[in-house]
Amino acid sequence: MAQVEAAPGIMTTADGQPLKLSLQRALRRSKIRAMLLVAPLFLFILVTFLLPILDMTFRSVENQLVSEILHRSVPLLQQWDEKTGDLPPEDVFQAMVEDFKEGRENRTIGRVGTRLNYEVAGMSSLFRSTARKARRIKEGPYTDALIKANKRWGDVETWRLIKRESGTITLSYYLAAVDLRFGSDGSVQAQPENRQIYVKLFVRTLWLSTLITALCLVLGYPISYLLATLPTRTSNMLMILVLLPFWTSLLVRTTSWIVLLQQEGVINDLLVWVGIIADDARIRMIHNQAGTIIAMTHILLPFMVLPLYSVMKTIPPSYMRAAMSLGANPFTAFMRVYVPNTVAGIGAGGILVFIIAIGYYITPALVGGTSGTLISNFIAYHMQVSLNWGLAGALGAILLAIVLILYLLYDKIVGIDNMKLG
Amino acid sequence: MTVQSGAFVSFKEVQKSYDGETLVVKNLNLDIEKGEFLTMLGPSGSGKTTCLMMLAGFETATHGEIVLDGAPINHVPPHKRDIGMVFQNYALFPHMTVAENLAFPLQVRRMSKADIEQRVQRALDMVQLGPFGGRRPAQLSGGQQQRVAVARALVFDPKLVLMDEPLGALDKQLREQMQYEIKHIHESLEVTVVYVTHDQSEALTMSNRIAVFDDGIIQQLASPDELYELPENAFVAQFIGENNRLVGKVTAENGTHCTIDIAGNAIQALAVNHAGVGSVSTLSLRPERVFINPGDGLCPNVFDARVEELIYLGDHMRTRVNVCGHDDFIVKVPNSAGHVHLKPGETVKVGWQAEDCRALDAPAEAA
Ligand SMILES: Nc1ncnc2c1ncn2[C@@H]1O[C@H](COP(=O)(O)OP(=O)(O)O)[C@@H](O)[C@H]1O
Ligand SMILES: [Mg+2]
Repeated sequence: MAQVEAAPGIMTTADGQPLKLSLQRALRRSKIRAMLLVAPLFLFILVTFLLPILDMTFRSVENQLVSEILHRSVPLLQQWDEKTGDLPPEDVFQAMVEDFKEGRENRTIGRVGTRLNYEVAGMSSLFRSTARKARRIKEGPYTDALIKANKRWGDVETWRLIKRESGTITLSYYLAAVDLRFGSDGSVQAQPENRQIYVKLFVRTLWLSTLITALCLVLGYPISYLLATLPTRTSNMLMILVLLPFWTSLLVRTTSWIVLLQQEGVINDLLVWVGIIADDARIRMIHNQAGTIIAMTHILLPFMVLPLYSVMKTIPPSYMRAAMSLGANPFTAFMRVYVPNTVAGIGAGGILVFIIAIGYYITPALVGGTSGTLISNFIAYHMQVSLNWGLAGALGAILLAIVLILYLLYDKIVGIDNMKLG
Repeated sequence: MTVQSGAFVSFKEVQKSYDGETLVVKNLNLDIEKGEFLTMLGPSGSGKTTCLMMLAGFETATHGEIVLDGAPINHVPPHKRDIGMVFQNYALFPHMTVAENLAFPLQVRRMSKADIEQRVQRALDMVQLGPFGGRRPAQLSGGQQQRVAVARALVFDPKLVLMDEPLGALDKQLREQMQYEIKHIHESLEVTVVYVTHDQSEALTMSNRIAVFDDGIIQQLASPDELYELPENAFVAQFIGENNRLVGKVTAENGTHCTIDIAGNAIQALAVNHAGVGSVSTLSLRPERVFINPGDGLCPNVFDARVEELIYLGDHMRTRVNVCGHDDFIVKVPNSAGHVHLKPGETVKVGWQAEDCRALDAPAEAA
């Protein structure tokens, strides 16, 4: 008999196949179908989102430049004991001179100078000037020749720095991102006072984002309530007004705030004309924190209104009526019955606005002045101007970590499943 | 207090319009006695909910006065009216447990903790949900939620309880069970209930009196038996119970009775509400009051009828016959010992008493 005997206790289909197996086979097709449907978006996100994030995070610790370009001297430096206070031996100096000659030919030596300059000021010019003179060094003793080219080569600190930064990964970007640095003895210490900016910026970013989120909630809640309780026809029209900002270019909206708020702007002119303020006491409302707060609150308001509205829309009017028929005055009914039922919307809108605000860039750049810039503006600065991508990566990774931590906290306290985005 | 006629709730010439063009409630006059179970019955859109909402204070009357317990309440806000309400979707607060839902009206009345606990437990026991106080409404079945809603509307001893189609979302069996439970709660608490439904059997089961609504007007206000047996107009006859409708012209009238001509047949009927000789009138006749092959001289109205359709319903046989040119005439033949056996296509005699056949106003579409 060709019939396959199934093991006792295993369910089989009519033709003797184990039931589990044929079920899996039947499900496989739909799984493949689902995967194919998701694949294009997944690839897109992988290439444009996940890989760049990974790349930037990698750059924030990556440190191969020094050991790659100074490939003769760095291995020799490893045998040198930097704690004795003596200069490295002659062979290190010789190797360094050769590295300089090659680096000058390949035009790569300047990059090492730039890299080391992030750690200690003056390194860039040291490398530039040495590169010029090194090609004339023909024979030893190389120690004296190099020190003659620039006396900083006679400083043990210079060599310690090169040795410290010759590892393949470094934490110095992360230290710099929180206003710390390696001291000459390799210990972690605070940056000099005048270079401490990032912690202050992180704190300011978090504080302003919180403030903007709170403002959006205070302004958005009544609007959403109105929208959710009005007859559909009216509320649809008002909804268009709420969404109108989405249809206008961000740049246009931000610059119109400049027109409105600047010292010679519409609002100040109006106030002076009405006589509320004197002409020489015009209020500064833009190119400072106030500008960032006003413009960003305006831009992010719809992100608060939409989740709130969609949650409020699902709350039957009979809840409030029931509460009132049970003897609660309208205020009590609102606070004890309506508001608790909108928590999901408050949470969703709040987290949405907060996360967008924490990484916002254009608006603070245009209207923030110096007191209104956020951390993202410095990330952009390091990406585009100073080209210190390692520091940009470290700042970005810290920002990402903060968002993830807040997200997890939110999940712990409110529960992500309760969030309702629309 | 100035209480005339002892009515506990009274609507006096109340009118309501939402849009300023049409009246949703037209000149409503209604007195409700203390302890009464009064049902507003009518088709969807007839203005029942609007009346209830005016009583609860969520809608304002466009004209007229509503009096509760001797005091006009037109300008009393809902939360000061002391009226319990059961909503169609129950409106239980989803973020509170059952016990918290029940405690809510007591908390806003600033009762002591011990008092609240005791009353909540008593209310839960009343609706047989003693052990469910800690659950969320979403963790209860539809029937259980319904009971919580009833308990919550009663827990603060309101003067009056309003219920707006409270059983609409339940399946038939549960609905019938809840009808009895609500009726029993009403009887044991002696609370005044105003109940709204579009289901006539529900209204007949539960009420002391029923106000039949149509088009913003009370068509008839009477006890269930009176409403069924003595409908005053064609709408009520049609809306309550099953009804045979024959339309014809009034040819003669003598005191309490009249003669109606339908397709050349003269029918003797009780003159109730027709517009006089020569006018069109609707005859209303309950299917169970029609006899098949009545003995000679027993009925003043005997006509030939052709059997069109037979439907077996266990306790009776629903028989559709063609009589006097109406082919939707229903006769209920009881499934008793020795009942007649009919066959479709067969011609038989049907007859009925003049007293069972009520001559009412013209049907709406012919008016
Ligand atoms: N809030 C409202 N605004 C405008 N028209 C309404 C409103 N509520 C009810 N109506 C209208 O009033 C009429 C009666 O409605 P309703 O009292 O709800 O009837 P029922 O409860 O008997 O079904 C309907 O025609 C309905 O369209
Ligand atoms: Mg209704």
